[in-house]
Amino acid sequence: MQNGISWGALGAAISRRGVMALALAAGVSFAAPYAQAAPKTAVTIGMAVEPGGLDPTIGAQVMIGQVTWQNVFEGLTTIDKDGKVQPQLAESWDVAPDGKTYTFKLRDGVKFHNGVAFDSSVAKFTLDRARGADSVNPQKRYFTSIDTIETPDASTLVLKLKHPTGSLLYWLGWPAAVMVEPSTAAENKSNPVGTGPFTFGSWAKGVKVDLKKSADYWNKQVSVKLETASFRFINDPQGQSAALTAGDVDAFPEFGAPELVSSFEGSDKLATVIGNTELKVVAGMNNARKPFSDKKVRQALMMAVDRAMVVEGAWSGLGTPIGSHYTPNDRGYKDLTGVYPYDAEKAKALLAEAGYPDGFSFTIKAPQMAYAQRSSQILQALFAEIGVTMDIQTTEFPAKWVADVLKAADYDMTIVAHAEPMDIDIYARDPYYFNYKNPAFNEVLEKVEATADPAEQDKLYGEAQTILADDVPALFLFVMPKLGIWDKKLKGLWENEPIPSNVLTEVHWEE
Amino acid sequence: MAGIFRRPVLAIGLVITLSLVAVALLSLVWTPSLPSKMNIVQRLKPPLGPGGLLGTDQFGRDVMSMLMVGAWNSLSTSFLAVALGATVGSAIGVLVAMKRGWLELITMRGCDIIFAVPPILSAMMLGAFLGSGRFTAVIAIAVFMVPVFARLTLAAAKQIWARDYVMAAIGIGRSNGRITLVHILPNISNQIIVQVAIQLGLAILTEAGLSFLGLGMPPPAPTWGRMLADSQTFFAQAPWLAILPGLAIALAVLGLNMLGDGLRDVLDPRTRT
Repeated sequence: MQNGISWGALGAAISRRGVMALALAAGVSFAAPYAQAAPKTAVTIGMAVEPGGLDPTIGAQVMIGQVTWQNVFEGLTTIDKDGKVQPQLAESWDVAPDGKTYTFKLRDGVKFHNGVAFDSSVAKFTLDRARGADSVNPQKRYFTSIDTIETPDASTLVLKLKHPTGSLLYWLGWPAAVMVEPSTAAENKSNPVGTGPFTFGSWAKGVKVDLKKSADYWNKQVSVKLETASFRFINDPQGQSAALTAGDVDAFPEFGAPELVSSFEGSDKLATVIGNTELKVVAGMNNARKPFSDKKVRQALMMAVDRAMVVEGAWSGLGTPIGSHYTPNDRGYKDLTGVYPYDAEKAKALLAEAGYPDGFSFTIKAPQMAYAQRSSQILQALFAEIGVTMDIQTTEFPAKWVADVLKAADYDMTIVAHAEPMDIDIYARDPYYFNYKNPAFNEVLEKVEATADPAEQDKLYGEAQTILADDVPALFLFVMPKLGIWDKKLKGLWENEPIPSNVLTEVHWEE
Repeated sequence: MAGIFRRPVLAIGLVITLSLVAVALLSLVWTPSLPSKMNIVQRLKPPLGPGGLLGTDQFGRDVMSMLMVGAWNSLSTSFLAVALGATVGSAIGVLVAMKRGWLELITMRGCDIIFAVPPILSAMMLGAFLGSGRFTAVIAIAVFMVPVFARLTLAAAKQIWARDYVMAAIGIGRSNGRITLVHILPNISNQIIVQVAIQLGLAILTEAGLSFLGLGMPPPAPTWGRMLADSQTFFAQAPWLAILPGLAIALAVLGLNMLGDGLRDVLDPRTRT
């Protein structure tokens, strides 16, 4: 970086006379046998959508975590690149045999970026804030099973639960469960202060967020190579492609246009890395609104959908069809695409049975992203085959979509990629924008938390998937792959995305 | 009448415009295939191949059918918008020319205000307010057509009002309304007709711009602007998806501009250059 600055300054100061001297100097320095360019220590990561804030404990947008999680903020536990739970600010833990008491041994010597020490009181504050009555934590329900929080000493945290919660350690690793310092909690939205390897630098709204390496990161086992990191926001795939080619952006971990990916093939500068994600594209229906309140109508619409056609047309064939709200990477996955396979004739018959022999009309609120717009157009054509008219209304994501659909549930149908891993429980939430209510489904998910046996949990997850595949609260379409395009010399970025993130801890430039 | 075709600009403009209108009208009764019919297996097929004369798009839809229906959507929206703008604008223009005084001042400054905002921007504001659709596009385009016609008719009508025969009409006690109908309008109609042709070209360009930004007619109705917008990321694989609607827009604007210029030469000799 130092090198970069001095060259930049020189470039600006060049006068016509100086060019010769400079050229000579450059020639000499390149020719000198011992001269070595300092390794690059800055990276610019591209993202399609800018987050609305930078505090993952108060906002649901995955983009918040994609900037801050593991970079600025850390949790008691963390989730590694294979999706496994690992200790972080909690060094170790002990779970009582009844599954209702968790005793965490917290790490000593951890300081927030503002110098305040991390201890059990901070952890208690964070969890109380997340589960409190006026909490706006996006995953608030994950903390509801906590009954009391005790802090016998500065490095011990005891969670007493109302009932066993088998996924608690996993949830504590989520962006929404990161530790926040009490005095900065209110400001984290615009000036995040955490314990991570990077401190917040600046945020040029609409352009980029800058992070700087933390001077005294607690974890001495990792050596953070980057001095600075920027997240740049480029919505338009053409712009993303141009920025990558020009080198303005070093990496686009979630490149926006599959049809452009082939243009990077054979590039000697850029690598194409296609990995797994948890991005489930589902067309949610308002189960409380007619005619979607009728299960037969929902099933008929599902049968009207040719998933293979949606994947091919919307995402150039780069995607995996799904039959429930679950991805093949998730534990206990069942392929349920055969429950309501594409069959326009049967769909028509079922629609007639439900009392709509001539079809009906409704509106889909589709966000502006390419996958949503294209999928909507294909659904529109597919529904037209069974006599159902769907009008497409484009809505702006995230702000307007969150307000109208997610919060107000004022919609007939919508389409969005659900990014959170293992979030099948959203169908048990009340309220949630699907307005789906099925006590049998909720019961299965409660059983998942009640047991600690992984095999039993996997079986129960299978049951939950089957219920959804049959009830069709949303049209389950496909899982998007992670289209990673980045500089071949850039190493350490995650290939897969078990949780939406851009973890920079191990990112470095190869010499 | 035969004299018209001794003017090449007018002739070319007329031929292009009439052909487009013919294609647009034809699309109402016949297209090679249904423009909304998707056939994913046949996606991104180049022109002159199995995908049809002009190829297929990313959903396997027939580009030629889409362009034809797009011609109808584009032309009908633009005609409606210009008709609305010209009617309202001209009415305001002749009315103000009749009254003059402070009304003229207010109208002129009102026009200035509308001119100060770029048309695409005001159209976007309207689109956000009314939601996208043909109605929005028509209103948005008409709104900035109104001051164009209001100014033109006001200036033209003022000249006519100063003529001796109008003075004579006033002298024998004809009402202002009757003078406007009998003397003013017939004498400025040529200028309005020329302006209509010129503004049509602009309207087509604006309609395409609105569709490009997603504020035009919603899918599945094909529009040239949206075809162009959708083609962007496919340019390397399927350049015809960008070139063909681009050509259609360029051709339509060129044709209408030439028609407007040609008509001006014939109908409005004073401004001939």
